[in-house]
Amino acid sequence: MTLYWEEEIETLPRVGLESIQLKRLQHLVARVYKKVAPYREKMDAAGIKPEDIQSLADLAKLPFTVKEDLRDNYPFGLFTVPMDQVVRVHASSGTTGKPTVVGYTQKDIETWSGLMARALTLAGATAKDMVHNAYGYGLFTGGLGAHYGIERLGATVIPVSGGNTKRQITIMKDFHSTVLLATPSYALNLAETMESLDVDPKSLSLRVGVFGAEPWSENMRDEVERKLNIKAVDIYGLSEVMGPGVAMQCLEGETGLHIFEDHFLPEIIDPDTGEVLPPGEKGELVFTTLTKEAFPIIRYRTKDISRLMYDTCACGRTLVRMEKVTGRTDDMLIIRGVNVFPSQIEHVLMGTEGVEPHYQIVVNREGNMDTMAVEVEVSEDIFSDEIKVLENLTKCIQMDIKDMLGVTCRVRLVEPKTIQRSEGKAQRVIDNRKL
Amino acid sequence: MRVEQIAVFLENKSGRLAEITAKLAEENINIRALSVADTADFGILRLIVDNVEKAKSTLKSSGFTVGITNVIAVEVADKTGGLAGVLKTIEEEKLNVEYMYAFVNKTGENAVLIFRFDDMDQAIESLQRTGYTILSGKEICAL
Repeated sequence: MTLYWEEEIETLPRVGLESIQLKRLQHLVARVYKKVAPYREKMDAAGIKPEDIQSLADLAKLPFTVKEDLRDNYPFGLFTVPMDQVVRVHASSGTTGKPTVVGYTQKDIETWSGLMARALTLAGATAKDMVHNAYGYGLFTGGLGAHYGIERLGATVIPVSGGNTKRQITIMKDFHSTVLLATPSYALNLAETMESLDVDPKSLSLRVGVFGAEPWSENMRDEVERKLNIKAVDIYGLSEVMGPGVAMQCLEGETGLHIFEDHFLPEIIDPDTGEVLPPGEKGELVFTTLTKEAFPIIRYRTKDISRLMYDTCACGRTLVRMEKVTGRTDDMLIIRGVNVFPSQIEHVLMGTEGVEPHYQIVVNREGNMDTMAVEVEVSEDIFSDEIKVLENLTKCIQMDIKDMLGVTCRVRLVEPKTIQRSEGKAQRVIDNRKL
Repeated sequence: MRVEQIAVFLENKSGRLAEITAKLAEENINIRALSVADTADFGILRLIVDNVEKAKSTLKSSGFTVGITNVIAVEVADKTGGLAGVLKTIEEEKLNVEYMYAFVNKTGENAVLIFRFDDMDQAIESLQRTGYTILSGKEICAL
């Protein structure tokens, strides 16, 4: 028997769902056009008025929103309500110095909590569960987003956040945690630590793990399931759209994540031409929020690569499924759950050295932890005959990157021309992780 | 009274030092003194050569990062206590040494100590006042 959170909407025939979507879309476009100048200007430039949205297919007429739009309107320029109605903000790393900021009204928080509760129900969680929430609490949407959903579900939340792995295992044992929420790499880290502490996962009460916020492979899923003796399911979300709870894998279906289409309208486009692709084809995932108040977004290009599957799912839900994200259209890296753009590293290096550096980012998975090394070619501008000067330089870069991204990395100075250049352009990222 | 020294950035990988010395030999550049400072990841090769400009352009065109810095060369008698005497003076004069290395000249009578101080002007003044011989680049090459 499938567990539902809101059975009616989750199993609504497509015709009914689409009529709700259209009504919400029309309302959203009219509101955004009226309230947010950047959206209005873009629509005017494209010659589109809110009245032109007569069917869901008309969505394709609207201009895209990209991460740069958020940066250009930093921090609150794309909010549609006055700040006194905004009860919370979250932020994720932007492509350069400034983060991407999003906001929520009280009603947005309620919607999000409900969707997160729905997501947890897809994973088989109920009010009886003890949910171990190891997503980071803070500006990142993961921790708090999940937290409110767990409470809404009526389950008990253990707001353990990230880090202090040994203590987490003690808590898991003593509190009888049944559901684990974490990044998949942290879940593997927990498994390894249990092994070293001689804790048998079978002695724990863990039943299911809800993993997201970074890409992970089917191989990794097998490994987590085996090592922690749980069922591992995939959750998807991004702060620009809401946070965790945009889409969720069910226990019954074979593959894919149900998109909560009553709140988020998905499209798959050709990343090069921007054309909407027919159902089933692989391309860039684009989202339009249908119910958000403080920070709605129209046709946001996620740069995640996926495809949409409209066939019936074994769980009985009619909500479309997206394939597990298989890649990115840009050079964003996810290191231990943190988004890292090479441009951010470049920004730090420019700040430290005052010149455009030749650098390379090398990512490895050592054990279960992602490690990042930044290799910087030593130019005459930064070279010194004194060891301490060069060592200070690497330390400064390391600290600036940690300050800006929250990720610890190793900085290595290398000889000029060590970093390969292809067609005049340096290859910035070497990702040795087998994802 | 300063001597120009060539500094070269080296990654810790095999064959780098050999490559540099071969390049200098090809160009007929004579190395008078050298030292290597190293960390786990990289090293700095410091050289006193008979033709600084030529050495710099040769190494640069071979793809190395090269810098020229000024150091001080102090001549002392090559006998017991020679270095100890200079270091005692340096301590008394409160001079701060960033690094140093040494070589012995052909006749074996004198040793040359190469110093990098944080305050070079003060160091020259102090060492000359206390009676030490400071060599110029030309004098070193003539040794």
